[in-house]
Amino acid sequence: MIALLLRDLRLAIRAGGGFGLGLAFFLLVAVIVPLGVGPEPATLAKIAPGILWVGALLSCLLSLDRIFALDFEDGSLDLLATSPLPMEGAVAIKALAHWLVTGLPLVLAAPVLGVLLNLPVPGYLWLVISLALGTPALSIIGAFGAALTVGLKRGGLLMSLLVLPLYMPTLIFGAEVVKRGAAGMAVATPLALLAAITAGALALLPIASAAALRVNLR
Amino acid sequence: MSIWEYANPKKFMQTSGVLLPWVTALAVLALGVGLIWGFFFTPDADRFGSTVKIIYLHVPAAMMAISAWTMMLVTSLIWLVRRHHVSALAAKAAAPIGLMFTVIGLVTGAIWGQPMWGTWWAWDPRLTAFLILALFYLGYIALWAAVENPDTAADLTSVLAIVGSVFAFLSRYAVLFWNQGLHQGASLSLDEKENVSDVYWLPLVVCIVGFVLLFVTLVLIRTRTEIRSRRLQALLTRERLA
Amino acid sequence: MSLLSAQDLAVARAGIPVLEGVSFALPPSRALVLRGPNGIGKTTLLRTIAGLQPPLQGRITAAPDAVAYAAHADGVKPTLTVAENLAFWAQVFGTDAVATAIDRMALRDLVARRAANLSAGQKRRLGLARLLVTGRPVWVMDEPTVSLDAASVQLFGDVVRDHLTAGGAALIATHIDLGLDAAVLDLTPFKARPAAEGGIASAFDEAFT
Repeated sequence: MIALLLRDLRLAIRAGGGFGLGLAFFLLVAVIVPLGVGPEPATLAKIAPGILWVGALLSCLLSLDRIFALDFEDGSLDLLATSPLPMEGAVAIKALAHWLVTGLPLVLAAPVLGVLLNLPVPGYLWLVISLALGTPALSIIGAFGAALTVGLKRGGLLMSLLVLPLYMPTLIFGAEVVKRGAAGMAVATPLALLAAITAGALALLPIASAAALRVNLR
Repeated sequence: MSIWEYANPKKFMQTSGVLLPWVTALAVLALGVGLIWGFFFTPDADRFGSTVKIIYLHVPAAMMAISAWTMMLVTSLIWLVRRHHVSALAAKAAAPIGLMFTVIGLVTGAIWGQPMWGTWWAWDPRLTAFLILALFYLGYIALWAAVENPDTAADLTSVLAIVGSVFAFLSRYAVLFWNQGLHQGASLSLDEKENVSDVYWLPLVVCIVGFVLLFVTLVLIRTRTEIRSRRLQALLTRERLA
Repeated sequence: MSLLSAQDLAVARAGIPVLEGVSFALPPSRALVLRGPNGIGKTTLLRTIAGLQPPLQGRITAAPDAVAYAAHADGVKPTLTVAENLAFWAQVFGTDAVATAIDRMALRDLVARRAANLSAGQKRRLGLARLLVTGRPVWVMDEPTVSLDAASVQLFGDVVRDHLTAGGAALIATHIDLGLDAAVLDLTPFKARPAAEGGIASAFDEAFT
């Protein structure tokens, strides 16, 4: 398990761009939106929580197909499936590696982008907390989408179509936490619901993803 | 003699062939009676005027949109557990029909919403939930279309139907949390009949029965088509191999 | 007592039966070579035996965690070095045979080189070295000698022979003589027959109107 995690991290670092691309995309979203919406600080402050969450979600989506596609193409996935590692564990570890490479940098970069979007001061703490709690769910749900489409030639677009509807509850609760936090309201309810979605997804989705992978390897 | 006998494609084709004309006739009858009764023989409502009559399309379509997904979930589970091909094909057949019911529900809702709320679209929790349901249907149909091997496609879409059901359910409550909304409560429930008075209620029930029969008819036709297409594929493959 | 055996096995590729009635037993220290024309279903049979897909009919009996599978694709990661590639699989399989494997497959000079910079034959040797670090007794190999030169084929033949001497077993789909004292199973007679001639019928083979 640890070996797989270390290997995936090493591959992501050596391939280059692994960290960079997702972060750069996140930055671009935060730059493009004010250009489109206009520079009024009040407007930006109002939409900042939503934009930051949508940006993080899209950045996450960008790199999902790499979770399994490379291993599928070079045959590693076949060999992993015949190894003593349980498939469910392999899925969870690969999603964890994806989160460490994509989700975690987003969490850390989000406050900086919050400044660009004029996020109200009380919102920063909740922005980081909600992303830290929510992005693991994005990775594990995304791994499910990637597992469904791994055998397909041009699965990227289809995967987005499958994954985005699954992201909706996470997005709603995550953005709600920041919105309420920024407005100085109580955040306990959406935060608890966000945590529940992440916990549930982490517990159950590896099983579904492993089943989908096995079907695709047949 | 058990119900699983109908999971055999041949048996299913025979039985459904006999049933189909009857179900079709009943669907036409119930829809004809329900819609004509509803449109022409009910009074205008105090608050809504004649716009209320769109409920005879809106409510049954919305109910069937959800029922169709539920049916797909059940048939998907049957395929995963018992590997009956007809079950998987019935789920595949039901998806575009369910999507159409969802679209009808959304469009009639927009047409009704315009005079009532003064807007074609509002991000009301119910409307949003149906829009999300439509997206789930789209993803499901797209996955079926993208995977070449039919058994692989059946397996993958079944897993998607199960996971999708959970997330669709979560989304329903998430959007409720996100926006309290304009939409009135459920139009039809047994203990709260005062929502819709008797004059409207009876033809509505007939319409709902009609929509259910329409759904059954369409699913039967499409499942029969899918079975024939699989048979054709099997014959072509054999020919290629021979 | 055989390490791996198959009884009346039928396998399918993309839902179409390709082989039926395949039976064999592989006792320790024995190798079995699968032969047959392209497309007969060698790869499908090996994938089924490796547990990647379920058999259509029949039974596969193997000791738990006995089978190590080497596919067409090596699963070699181009950005990892030779040593890192092998160390990963050794950790996954819980063995520490990396050094032995490197020596046996003559990879000592290449250990620190990234797999992206290996030739096709060297990459193949690395892929086969993976079998040595699995520590599993039954090697199931799909065309292992592709892109190997004569010397490497010889080297690999020796490795397999030593594995057999040590009580292992090997199931190999190959057209090249590895210099092994191996039984040969020609798959041609096991080609699946059409359902009309008594072959396995699928749910859609039955005619209906």
